Amino acid sequence: MTRFYRTLLRLYPSSFREEYAAELTRTYQNSIRGRGSFGAAVAAIADVVPNAVAAHWTILVQDLRYTMRTLSGSRGFAIATVLVTALGVGANTATFSVADFVLLRPLQFPRPDEIVRLCQGPRQGGGWGCMNELSPANWRDVKATNRSFASLGAYTGGAMNLVGGGEPVRVSGQQLTPEVLPLLGVRPLVGRFFDPATNTEDERTAVIGYGLWQTQFGGDPDILGKTVSLDGTPYVIIGVMPSQFRWPREDVQLYTPLLLREDQFEDRNNTFLQGIARLKPDVTFEQARADLGAISDRMTKEVGAEMDDGEVGFSFFRQRDEMSPRYRIMLVALCGASLALLLLTCANLANLLLARSAGRERELAVRAALGAGRERLMRQMLTESLLLALLGGLAGAVLAWLTVPLLAQMVPNTLPIESQPTVDMRAFGIAAVLSALTGLGFGLVPALRVGGRSGLAALREGTRGSGRRKGLRTMLVAFEVTVSVILLVSSGLLIRAVWRVQSVDPGFTPSSVLTMSTPLPMPKYEDVVPRVRFYEGVLADVRALPGVESAAYTSGLPMVMTGGITRIQIQGVEVPRDVQTSSIRIVSSQLFSTFRIPIRRGRDFSAGDTRDRPDVAIVSESFAKTYWPNADAMGQSFQTRNRTWTIVGIVGDILVRGLERTSEPQMYVPAAQADSILGIYTPKDLAIRTTRDAASLIGPVREIIRRNDPQQPVSNVRMLADVVGNQTLDRRSQLRVLLALAVLALLLAAVGIHGLLAFTVAQRDREIGVRLALGADPAAVARMVVGEGVRMALIGVIPGIAISFVAARGMRALLFGIPAADPLTFSAVAVLCFAVVVVACVRPAWRAARIAPINALRAD
Amino acid sequence: MSLEPTIEGMLPLPPATLHILLALADGERHGYAIIQDVETRTDGELRMSAGTLYRSVARMVEQGLIIEVAKRRTRAEDERRRYYRLTPFGTAVARAEVRRLSNLLRDARSRGLTPGVA
Repeated sequence: MTRFYRTLLRLYPSSFREEYAAELTRTYQNSIRGRGSFGAAVAAIADVVPNAVAAHWTILVQDLRYTMRTLSGSRGFAIATVLVTALGVGANTATFSVADFVLLRPLQFPRPDEIVRLCQGPRQGGGWGCMNELSPANWRDVKATNRSFASLGAYTGGAMNLVGGGEPVRVSGQQLTPEVLPLLGVRPLVGRFFDPATNTEDERTAVIGYGLWQTQFGGDPDILGKTVSLDGTPYVIIGVMPSQFRWPREDVQLYTPLLLREDQFEDRNNTFLQGIARLKPDVTFEQARADLGAISDRMTKEVGAEMDDGEVGFSFFRQRDEMSPRYRIMLVALCGASLALLLLTCANLANLLLARSAGRERELAVRAALGAGRERLMRQMLTESLLLALLGGLAGAVLAWLTVPLLAQMVPNTLPIESQPTVDMRAFGIAAVLSALTGLGFGLVPALRVGGRSGLAALREGTRGSGRRKGLRTMLVAFEVTVSVILLVSSGLLIRAVWRVQSVDPGFTPSSVLTMSTPLPMPKYEDVVPRVRFYEGVLADVRALPGVESAAYTSGLPMVMTGGITRIQIQGVEVPRDVQTSSIRIVSSQLFSTFRIPIRRGRDFSAGDTRDRPDVAIVSESFAKTYWPNADAMGQSFQTRNRTWTIVGIVGDILVRGLERTSEPQMYVPAAQADSILGIYTPKDLAIRTTRDAASLIGPVREIIRRNDPQQPVSNVRMLADVVGNQTLDRRSQLRVLLALAVLALLLAAVGIHGLLAFTVAQRDREIGVRLALGADPAAVARMVVGEGVRMALIGVIPGIAISFVAARGMRALLFGIPAADPLTFSAVAVLCFAVVVVACVRPAWRAARIAPINALRAD
Repeated sequence: MSLEPTIEGMLPLPPATLHILLALADGERHGYAIIQDVETRTDGELRMSAGTLYRSVARMVEQGLIIEVAKRRTRAEDERRRYYRLTPFGTAVARAEVRRLSNLLRDARSRGLTPGVA
């Protein structure tokens, strides 16, 4: 029983146990005399457990009190430590939370790795994502012959005018084959999905998104069976999706059956379907790719001749990979940056604690000499480090919680994921544990050193630390400089890239142009005559408004509608395959003056360009140069969409696809001559160049549209300048994050250098005092200190530059032609680093130069 | 290191502390003897366990109320026993506490709260 009691005694703090174990045991033995062994065991437990807890608590309270006292004596150290930990933990958690949300988190569908996307593309190679949509015939053939897919569906997008519920609205919708929703593995929140293949009554049914149900129908519980008008056709609502379902894009709120007419299967080049499939459970992605390769070989042989390219190929990828490689690189860069910051935090923390430990060794030696055990001292240090880590971690959590919503702005909204990332607790845990370990590890150093040798030696050594530790601290500071150089170079290169992108001339003048969409519903405006009547009516009234310089309709705004491609043929001329495409826009008159696209030759469209007149087109300069490199393009004819067009004007090129992408040559045709053959591309965007405040125009223009067609909704009211500004929005927000991390890194490095130098000067004050007493020049002393700082920086800058160069090569896709070894960025960063280092040196150098020679004589 | 404790700052004493002071009032004792003394005086109502006793002892030594006696009994059995006795400060604190308690008792009596009366 005594042995049992002795074992239990281990629960006590060891200092207490060492002191009283023998007495406790003896007293216990006395007190259990005459009891049975069960009673004795109960007595032992009842005695030791509560008292051990109480004894630990007493020590904790003592240590905390002591810690508060010592920390309030060195408030600078406490604040610096908490801040450094908070920054490291907070920034790292926030960045990683967002990156994980976009990069790593699986889609919200069951077995998401089985969901793949299928598009047409070149047979060999090909780029990222969906290269070209599928034609119905090719989709049907893959569906019939593949051996890899458990289910293959198709969908196509398109917004529709919805009348019913509240005000008429424009809603983003998708037309789906019946396979699509079931293969995603989702179920409706209420109601059911459509299946027109088995039930022809389902042809005019719709499933709506949760958001639309709430906003347009007020969450009406009797929504099922309600009839609404979509582009003028009645549809019955049969289902509502769950609130977290946002597919294929965040804004899609309406799903209707995709009905393919037999004539749509005739032209294999009529590509407008997105394929989506679920792999059979036992088929891997690579096996499916091989299967598709075989299918494309077979189809090329059988129907390749029908294809414009002479071949059938597919682009094939996992649904979750539908993210541009640029986002991916950027996110990897941000993760790298945040990891670097975490390492930096640990280095800085270690440095702070090492500096403090040197100052505390004497204090601890005194306590040890007065009889405090090593265990007791370590416990004290542990409490102190833990308290600091806890405070830092808490502040870091707050920081992460505040910054995640800011970072979330850079998440592309095209991903089918829930819209808002939240703070990732795993990331927070990792960052917190890592900084806590650093804090604990380096916090224990002084206690270990005091315990490891005789207290007398520590007393004798006084406040002068060992040289070896100085070397370690120098390496830590140099490492901090390295990390900041890498981050600064990366952000510097990206800043240069953004500047370059922003200075790209889009070919038109976006300022002072108000735009809005009035997409005309199709059965109602199928015929070109009512369509043109609507455009002409609206344009005439808008142009008459005061402050309106010019106004025009176009089938797509540049950088918003980036596709809209047509194939150009010229009678008697063999056009090389790679330049056969051009972007086509159907426009009203005045488009070029509204966008300020210069008319180089010929004329604008006019009221005379009607359907019964010869078909005319206006083309861009690159169009003219591509097809008539050695002749005058004016008056020439070409074929597209089975019609022959004659060029009546040549205008400047614009960047249709965006500032950072190559755009095809452009051609424009007048709205009045573009009847149903150009169906899906009918003009819908109204653009108005104004000389007064654009906001004051919105009301009158809406009124004009209502006068011309009371059922016509207006959507996407925005300035053209914002459209162009959006081009660099992602870049700018990503850059801001990276830059913030880089500045933090530089600040931390500066704190590190300053701290180390200040510490060195304080340690050497007697030596410096002797030098000054012997007639050394104070300026030389100051120079010596600065020299030491610069040396530390150099040790860090050189590897920093080398690693930056490697990192920059990895980011080349983001650099928009800025070379990875951009001399301007590298030299700017080097100069900035040295400037910051010198600033960090100023105070310690000043101190050193002003040390009084009397210090040399002063005792400790 | 710790702040110099004052007599007033120590009051009121926890019951266990007062009992230990009382047990040591008539001479030095070892741990188990303290427990037995307290138990006898309280008719078995307060029976301290070894842990409770030595936590109190540790704190009281730190506070300077009691002190370990250097001399050891010669009998082999008691060789390793530690004996404690009151310090002058401990005696003063015990007196102050008793004074406080008797004042309290007098006040209570003067208001008709006598022991044995409900």
